[in-house]
Amino acid sequence: MITTEKLEKIRQEHRPILEERLIKEDKVVIKGDEILLKGDYYKKQYRIALRNCGIVDPGDIRDYIAMDGYKALSKILREKEPKDVIEDMKASNLRGRGGAGFPTGRKWEESFKKASDKKYFICNADEGDPGAFMDRSILENDPHAVLEGMAIGGYAVGSDQGFIYVRAEYPTAVESLKKAIAQAKEYGLLGENILGTGFNFDIELRLGSGAFVCGEGTALMESIEGKRGMPRKKPPRTSHVGLWQKPTILNNVETLANVPVIMNKGVDWFRSIGTEKSPGTKVFALVGKVANSGLVEVPMGTSLREIIYDIGGGVQDGKALKAVQTGGPSGGCMPASLIDTPVDFESLAKIGSIMGSGGMVVMDENTCMVDIARFFLEFTVDESCGKCTPCRIGNKRMLEILTRMTNGTAEEREIEELKELAEIIEDTALCGLGQTSPNPVLSTIRYFYDEYEAHVMDRICPSGVCKALLRYNISDDCIGCRRCVKVCPVSCISGKVKEVHVIDQDKCIKCGSCYDVCPKNAIKIG
Amino acid sequence: MEFKFDKEKNKENIEKFKKTVQTYKDTKGALIPVLQGAQEIFGYLPVEILQLISVELNIPISEIYGVATFYSQFSFIPKGENIISVCLGTACYVKGGQEILEEFENQLGIKAGDTTEDMKFSITSTRCVGDCSMAPVVLVNDDVYPKLKKDKVKEIILKYGGVAK
Repeated sequence: MITTEKLEKIRQEHRPILEERLIKEDKVVIKGDEILLKGDYYKKQYRIALRNCGIVDPGDIRDYIAMDGYKALSKILREKEPKDVIEDMKASNLRGRGGAGFPTGRKWEESFKKASDKKYFICNADEGDPGAFMDRSILENDPHAVLEGMAIGGYAVGSDQGFIYVRAEYPTAVESLKKAIAQAKEYGLLGENILGTGFNFDIELRLGSGAFVCGEGTALMESIEGKRGMPRKKPPRTSHVGLWQKPTILNNVETLANVPVIMNKGVDWFRSIGTEKSPGTKVFALVGKVANSGLVEVPMGTSLREIIYDIGGGVQDGKALKAVQTGGPSGGCMPASLIDTPVDFESLAKIGSIMGSGGMVVMDENTCMVDIARFFLEFTVDESCGKCTPCRIGNKRMLEILTRMTNGTAEEREIEELKELAEIIEDTALCGLGQTSPNPVLSTIRYFYDEYEAHVMDRICPSGVCKALLRYNISDDCIGCRRCVKVCPVSCISGKVKEVHVIDQDKCIKCGSCYDVCPKNAIKIG
Repeated sequence: MEFKFDKEKNKENIEKFKKTVQTYKDTKGALIPVLQGAQEIFGYLPVEILQLISVELNIPISEIYGVATFYSQFSFIPKGENIISVCLGTACYVKGGQEILEEFENQLGIKAGDTTEDMKFSITSTRCVGDCSMAPVVLVNDDVYPKLKKDKVKEIILKYGGVAK
């Protein structure tokens, strides 16, 4: 079995080996104790949760140990009482990175205070927000950071059994975790009598089965219990009555990856980063129509502009920025005019979006906001568990209205009806999924009302996305090359060679094939 | 689509599956891992296997059916030899994932969720696979096709021995 001394010895022996390898690969800058990834993209970031990603070999626990891994755990087990660990967590004000931003220390305290013969500690790795892959990256590239965070949390609240609930759609992450758990057990850093201190903590993997709602805490617990993943009503809180009715802590992957660093570097250091109410950093998955897409970790309070332009390199192909979507199906679309908003829990809530788990989708002028609202609603309707009426039926009705809007068959009053329905669902749905599902609708109505009006009153889609509202016409630029005639799947284009062709609007299915092949850009969408 | 579960042909698989069930017998909340095992071994959940699970784990088959229908990973009909999963996460959607899906549907003459007559292909639209920086993404079995263009769809189908329109 490994002792603290042995752990330190591995660290000292392996650190030079790791540094040598990294220097050879020429992808890092070594500054004293710190190892940072090279390149402009990384220079403007502040990596805490992603500190080891791209640096350590996730398959070798010694790499993680060399980067001060398991140092915090070993120190805490020897020197600190659980209540002191909780005090530190509270003082750090680390807020849950999974979406809602609940203070981690307070959550732990709730469970700590509740007497029970058994307590559970779960890592929520059911990252399901479309357009988000922060947790996937941590699980695949730095699994030990999560394991160590869980062990520290387990010690603090008095739990000896951990679970990681991970999406089955992430096979690499599952493999990486399996390997890491086995290695940690082999080294005596998980399992019984960890580091000879008498503390026991085991971690079991559970795979999701493709249900988005299982990212919701109580639904996730139902799923681990082997049932349909339907949310429970709250209260009681899961920190009191959770998995198998026992006090249970549920923390997100990124939250847990922050824990060992906070314990190593101290509360004051952590609070010096980010903002007063949201200390630390946040990882964002910057995707969509942005020049450099990828994971970005920045201090809380960084503006959207800095993230999208300074790090992301701006909008792709020099197009105009139209909106930024954060928080996945639970979040909102912010217009380009709000691009100087600082990104933290409070500021985003104020403008009708949420931090969410960190998906940040950049949208340009070719994105239709009504269609995006419909897209998210389709997602929610598909993923609603069906337990409560507002979500099961209300969202379905909203989707129907939005579909009519994108088809050009909606009536004028339906914009107001949509808004009213959205507000009712927000107030009355059972769980987080239902309560936040109207956000994409409400935020687009708030900021892009003119697009709704265009769809409903003028029956046009200004962005040229909603097919039913498009009309393809051939302009005088046509040279009569007949290429469009050949590709048209419904043969609705007619005209003689070298003469201007015509599209039969009644037959046209608006597939856009002619538009794609025209060598003269003579086909116009209007 | 008609199909029958051939017990004789699946004899070895059934034995293998029985072992899986045994390893989970004393685990709390065993049902889902066991169903995942069945899905992996047989490619779908034959009713004969659900009956076996019901007996072994002492759970009513109605409850098993309730759980299995809740999760999209489980299927009650066999899947095709090659599974085409078109990602419709936000990043992929914004970058034209829907058009790619429609192209696969057109080329194979089936809709998402269906399997071709010859059992060669199934198409599914999937939730975000987390490759957003490579959008739009398509998975064929475990092969990833990043930044896919519509005109490459035919090529992919041919590569897996299919017939495109």
